[in-house]
Amino acid sequence: MSAIVAEHEHDHHEHGPAKGLLRWVITTNHKDIGTLYLVFALAMFFVGGSMAMIIRAELFEPGMQFVNPQFFNSMTTMHALVMVFGAVMPAFVGLANWMIPMMIGAPDMALPRMNNMSFWMLVAGVLLLASTLFMEGGAPASGWTLYPPLVLQTGTALPFAIFSVHLLGISSIMGAINIIATIFNMRAPAMTLMKMPLFVWTWLITAFLLIAIMPVFAGAVTMLLTDRFFNTSFFDAAGGGDPVLYQHIFWFFGHPEVYVMILPTFGVASTIIPVFARKRLFGYSSMVYATASIAFLSFIVWAHHMFTVGMPIAGELYFMYATMLIAIPTGVKVFNWTATMWKGSMTFETPMLFSIAFVVLFTMGGFTGLMMSVAPADFQYHDTYFIVAHFHYTLVPASVFILMAAGYYWLPKWTGNMYDERIGQLHFWLSTISVNILFFPQHFLGLAGMPRRIPDYAVQFADWNMISSIGGFIFGASQLLFLYIVIDTIKGGTGIKATDEVWEDAHKHGLEWTLPSPPPYHTFTTPPAVVPTEHEHI
Amino acid sequence: MYQVKHGYKEEEYIDSTGFNHSRCYYLCFCGNESYFSMNQSVTQKNARLVRTLILIIIGMFGFGYALVPLYDVLCDITGLNGKVEASAVKEVSYEVDKNREVTVEFMTSLNELTPMVFNSEMKKMKIHPGQYYRVNFYAENKTDKVMIARAIPSISPGQAAEYFKKTECFCFSEQTFKAREGRTLPVRFVVDPALPKEYKTVTLAYTFFDNTEISVQK
Repeated sequence: MSAIVAEHEHDHHEHGPAKGLLRWVITTNHKDIGTLYLVFALAMFFVGGSMAMIIRAELFEPGMQFVNPQFFNSMTTMHALVMVFGAVMPAFVGLANWMIPMMIGAPDMALPRMNNMSFWMLVAGVLLLASTLFMEGGAPASGWTLYPPLVLQTGTALPFAIFSVHLLGISSIMGAINIIATIFNMRAPAMTLMKMPLFVWTWLITAFLLIAIMPVFAGAVTMLLTDRFFNTSFFDAAGGGDPVLYQHIFWFFGHPEVYVMILPTFGVASTIIPVFARKRLFGYSSMVYATASIAFLSFIVWAHHMFTVGMPIAGELYFMYATMLIAIPTGVKVFNWTATMWKGSMTFETPMLFSIAFVVLFTMGGFTGLMMSVAPADFQYHDTYFIVAHFHYTLVPASVFILMAAGYYWLPKWTGNMYDERIGQLHFWLSTISVNILFFPQHFLGLAGMPRRIPDYAVQFADWNMISSIGGFIFGASQLLFLYIVIDTIKGGTGIKATDEVWEDAHKHGLEWTLPSPPPYHTFTTPPAVVPTEHEHI
Repeated sequence: MYQVKHGYKEEEYIDSTGFNHSRCYYLCFCGNESYFSMNQSVTQKNARLVRTLILIIIGMFGFGYALVPLYDVLCDITGLNGKVEASAVKEVSYEVDKNREVTVEFMTSLNELTPMVFNSEMKKMKIHPGQYYRVNFYAENKTDKVMIARAIPSISPGQAAEYFKKTECFCFSEQTFKAREGRTLPVRFVVDPALPKEYKTVTLAYTFFDNTEISVQK
């Protein structure tokens, strides 16, 4: 650091973090809040994962083994809600908090106090949701979609679940506002929009998605609340309402919501792959436009989740073709990642392994999505394990794998210590093999007609379910390796101190690698003069 | 270690919003303030942006509710979801199409929380489009209390709904049953001869809901 900058920093409020545990409660520092989000998300990943283990244990054999059907249905519902709202989304918000200011050369997030509030509101929301497990009548058991009239039969838990959704929604909205304000107003002078790392770009677009959809979801669950307690009849047929209306409102939120979980995934993949291919990202601007196209298309395809509710043929055709259209920008991305690796001097450290697995396995999940977009074919797939296999391929070996990749990629930067590469690779291979044992057979089960969200099944489905469960147990256990690595790396890891750029020539790819490892509590209090760009270097 | 390679005093950095970054960078060397904390302009920009975003958020919350009437309008226009007129249509005479027969099926069901007997006098009938028919349903209150119940109709296939007209129906209003009362409920209907040829069977389904609690509260 040049003398003038150091002196300048010394002059001002360059105090470090507050002492003691209170630091984590009152912090407004983007790095601290990023850490809080990431740790919380990891904890929720294990909570949601334990629920998945209960589901797979019950489905290990036909017949009722461990839990009653009501609790089983609560588990599928809570697993989904915890993983979506407690693990994947907060993990990406955590990455955004840590990385966006460091990637665009900003001293912090634009609205640090709101940042703190949005984290603690998330914790409150998830705790409220978890508390429903102990209420009379059990936790919500209607699936994460909360379809009426079934969801209205939830016991005491219903209003608590709905308020929890409100809190989670407000928390995400505040996070999104913060990210938009940071990216628009806090960039270093040299960081023009089209020089931003793709992770920043994808988060900017994701934040706009959140702003647009979270209020709609809040509205939908508020309608459920008033239907149940205040005699409105939005979805109640007796009063002239219609349950199918809920599905339309829900999926207007729900479809963009699944892209909220995948767009930042694309961003991280686009950040990691060039570093380990030692090339610049292929087709930077097409990546930006493809992300924006996917975001736009996500708003006009929602009814493909409802092909079987009874739509006119024109509606089925429209939603079918519009859905197929999404394959084009998504294909652009997959080809760009492949072209980035093409003739690159690739090395295969853990972050790169997870990223490559993401490209391959996400594409498989994308292809099954394309199959389901065919409206007449969807009548076979609807509400079967084929759907379960599809969206788990796009979430687990895609979003979750990329979150793992991000962890391995940035942990040395965050902690200043190298993780143990051998255990990282072991974690990768165990995860990749077991995730396919876990989810691939579910395609067969679905095509053979096994419905989702059932605790018991016909004996013809026994073999593949057992194999799937075995895969599930291995996958679940393998994730403990990740927990070990995170703790181990924080405590010193291999003992090898990470260099500033950690990965060879990483400083040519992103500003964060020009900072020390670990970065000081405050970074870029003066903006960096020169920014690496996706186009110019290498 | 990163280095500030050179200052920006000579160069102007104006972003798309017209904000001049170079000036504030200059200030951070001159004034005893750090780059952003002193920068009123960034704070103002943030506040403005947040206001705009909050307006969008409120607007989207409203949009969720706006989907409710939009949905009903769309269903009315298209006859989707088997939604049918909630009130009687005026009786108009159609030219009866004696050469065409359409089967009309009648289905009766009860909401699980509705203690009633409910059935129709016939399961199905063959009709000619354009001719008026009357069919009787029977409903009985199985409780010892007054019950206010409402029957919700639905027609399948949904696209046929707009051609199925009722001039009289017990479903147009709530029905009050005294304790243990049972009575016959007539429906008078006609199928518009404009019903597309491919529809050979139309199903009229009613579900009775016990609305006593809701009606009393209202």
